[in-house]
Amino acid sequence: MNAQNNTAAQTKAIARTDLSVLPIAFAVLGGLMLLFASGYAQASVLHDAAHDQRHAMAFPCH
Amino acid sequence: MTKNLLTSAVFAGVAAGLIAALLQFVFVIPALLEGELFETGARVHFGANGSPESDRGSPGLGTEWARHAMTMGFNVVTYVGFGFLLLAAMAFAEMRGLTTITPKQGIIWGLAGFIAIQLAPAIGLPPELPGTPAAEIGPRQMWWLGTLVASSLGLWIIAFGRGFTALGGIVLLLIPHIIGAPHLDAFWGVAPPELSAEFVTLSLGAAAAGWSTLGFLCAWFWTKEL
Repeated sequence: MNAQNNTAAQTKAIARTDLSVLPIAFAVLGGLMLLFASGYAQASVLHDAAHDQRHAMAFPCH
Repeated sequence: MTKNLLTSAVFAGVAAGLIAALLQFVFVIPALLEGELFETGARVHFGANGSPESDRGSPGLGTEWARHAMTMGFNVVTYVGFGFLLLAAMAFAEMRGLTTITPKQGIIWGLAGFIAIQLAPAIGLPPELPGTPAAEIGPRQMWWLGTLVASSLGLWIIAFGRGFTALGGIVLLLIPHIIGAPHLDAFWGVAPPELSAEFVTLSLGAAAAGWSTLGFLCAWFWTKEL
């Protein structure tokens, strides 16, 4: 039982350390796109909708 | 694994974004709406009668539900974005064998994110209460972006750099503030300074809570056995 758990934990750890660069790059790209929309883009519709949140999050707003 | 990384970031970001929005509605937005009273002139500080005195008290959240729903929605979008970047950094560190991520360690990652993305830029450009005019948006966004990139790299180097390279991280943390954030040549604020100061500390406090929650949840969702 214990050995089985150990193997499972090991497999999990290996699977995680085996992470390739691709999903990480994908996450970075996704994150930047979301933050551009919520915090950086100056299009006025986006700006007005995100206004309070930008002020509250200390993003430079207008 | 892509699915695990990305879905963990989404779950953590949605949860942390909702918690951050709740904290903002209780602590930050009432101060923001009070500042708007001065921005619009509904209340006047530094009045014409020579006295700076003005009434204190937030108008409350009111009934602008669409506006508040937007604030909540954009908090979720922002925190999912933060979650993607934070978990990408965690995964990268683990991939390089620099560390093993645990949920408790996630809190430290979250606090580091708070320092790099919120606190460091806020040192030069404090969160703006409505009714406190600031310099042109373009240069401010440039400085803000440069500061959070330099601060993130700086903290990374301090955490994972070997020997004296950690000192390079301190230099990176300092440079944006030595350059200095863009400011106006004069003070134009119409809101009471006390309210502005409270708004800054309240919003940074809410962000610190949001980021540490995000760090914990990112690590928890990512490392938990499914």
